[in-house]
Amino acid sequence: MTSATERPDGIGDVLRRLVRRDSWLVALLVLLVALLVITKLIRPNYGAFDLGSLAIAALPVALAAVAQAIVVISGGIDLSIGPMMALTSVTAARLMQDSTDEVAVAVVIGVLLMGLMLGLINGALVVISRVPDIVVTLAMSYVWAGAALLVLGTPGGGAADWFKDLGRGSLLIEWAPKALVLLLVVVGVVWIPLARSRLGLSIFAIGSDRLAALRSGVDVSRTRIAAYAVTGLLAAAGGLTLTMTTGIGTPIPGPYTLLSVAAVVLGGVSLAGGRGGMIGPMVAVFVLALIRADLTFLGVDPNFTTVIQGAIMVVVVMIGAFLTLRRRST
Amino acid sequence: MTGSATTWRRSLRDRPLIPLLLLLVLLVIVLAIAQPGIVNTGWLSSTIRFAIPLAILAAAQTLTMLTAGIDLSVAAIASMSAYIIATQAPEQGPLVAVLIALVACAAAGLVNGIGVGIFRVHPLIMTLGMSLVVLGLVTVYQRIMVSAGSRVPEAIAWLGGGTSLGGVPNSLLLFVPVAAVILVGLRRSGYGRLLYAVGDNEVAARLAGVRVWQVLTVLYVLSGLLAALAGLVLGGLTNAASATLADRYLLPSVAAAVIGGTSIFGGRGGFAGTIVGALILTILTTLLTVLQMPEPVRQILFGAIILAVAAAYTRITEES
Repeated sequence: MTSATERPDGIGDVLRRLVRRDSWLVALLVLLVALLVITKLIRPNYGAFDLGSLAIAALPVALAAVAQAIVVISGGIDLSIGPMMALTSVTAARLMQDSTDEVAVAVVIGVLLMGLMLGLINGALVVISRVPDIVVTLAMSYVWAGAALLVLGTPGGGAADWFKDLGRGSLLIEWAPKALVLLLVVVGVVWIPLARSRLGLSIFAIGSDRLAALRSGVDVSRTRIAAYAVTGLLAAAGGLTLTMTTGIGTPIPGPYTLLSVAAVVLGGVSLAGGRGGMIGPMVAVFVLALIRADLTFLGVDPNFTTVIQGAIMVVVVMIGAFLTLRRRST
Repeated sequence: MTGSATTWRRSLRDRPLIPLLLLLVLLVIVLAIAQPGIVNTGWLSSTIRFAIPLAILAAAQTLTMLTAGIDLSVAAIASMSAYIIATQAPEQGPLVAVLIALVACAAAGLVNGIGVGIFRVHPLIMTLGMSLVVLGLVTVYQRIMVSAGSRVPEAIAWLGGGTSLGGVPNSLLLFVPVAAVILVGLRRSGYGRLLYAVGDNEVAARLAGVRVWQVLTVLYVLSGLLAALAGLVLGGLTNAASATLADRYLLPSVAAAVIGGTSIFGGRGGFAGTIVGALILTILTTLLTVLQMPEPVRQILFGAIILAVAAAYTRITEES
């Protein structure tokens, strides 16, 4: 979180402070730029079109990661994000099939509200049952996955054309893929007001020290439920982008839960809660997607790509943990 | 709350296995009502055979959860074990194949242990990364071995799926000693107590002179070995091997440990509850199948029941 500063800073000061305070994010951005350079080197004709497909592939994962980040910052974890995305995606695909454009708009809004409700249910169950978050959301992942199969037994449904166009192509300039713009708009609309609100502050507070937050007058239960609700809302946005990019709904959940946890940790959000932001996880998703793309360009066996991705995930976190340990000991 | 209710609660809290066993009996009764005649020795035999691989995987989960960790790589490691055995056995013989599998799985566990114990990577992320690495390696290996073909050796199929003496599952030959070692080891051995100590309060354990990193490294190697055994039994039981054989057991393995009363925050729980948890989940699956529920409804009920049991259990055993 940013605190108010007394005097206006020069750009040098701002940069220095950014490197010191958000060193993880800066390192991640450097890694992203390095990967883009490497991509251009191994594939000289890598251009706006490839960037567009990268953004489309990364869009649902990035929304899953942002959804996970909010609940992790509040000190919880949501293992039902993948199934929630599947449920909202098939609901949207089923309702949008052969519907008019106006109805499709209502469907999008309705599905977002539905995601909010799913998250509310998750959060309420976590608070009421007093069972650890990880267990509740694990159990709920079966429930949401089953519900998705009830909505649509096999992949199918449809999507309105204007809705599919939201993610296709680019906006104004060739180098701004609509998928990327959409991601930034959605995350910005949800996160910027939230981070500046009392609720946002409370989410960070209960994540970093629940007892201290309680004693300073934060309604811990309500804040936890609210964090899960926002996570559900963003998961629904992720589910909608699945329908948007594929044109159909698939009831079997993709690997989004695990990818979201990976991206959140790589993105510098502490699994212990209370620390992190939205930019880190999003950058991490693009780093992971670029690594996969680069390995494919290099002709590496796609299965080996999984090995390398897993290894990179572990090694990056190891380096991070190692640096933190060293900083603490000096 | 009345005095008698408090005593009742306290006695339940001291013996957390009792409500679990009651639930188990209740499920069997419901099953017997739902399909009269299904509860017989043949049913018992198959229930035990299907519960054993789950119980072994959940053992790995229980041990790691005692230290406030979790091992999400057990399913990938178990699949690797089954696949190595099925591909190496035709040429090397079953014994050498099992040894190779055990070494490979222990190595994967060792990497997990080094990551968690020495580099202090969060267990969730370490084992998640490891499961990707193992899955990828097995798939690459699968491509190399595709010409050689895979076949579950008869000895393994006998051990995993066979029965003797008119219905006693052979896999008990493996499971009983393993379970005995874990149950006694957790109670009586110094290492068992170290696991509880590290999970209960890591800082205190370290200040008391415990070399936490050694405890954790050994723990994840053990977890890898248990996963290897689970894969062995599962390969024999299903008479098949693939890179994703054990995947659908990952979440139930966590659920079995949690229903069995092991706290995911560490320091509390044990293997006896986990065994009952694995039996409950296996019978629950049978019950939902017998009731001829469609697959989606089955999944919903499965999740809802796990949650309900965990919530009831938390309330019963919670310190008030």
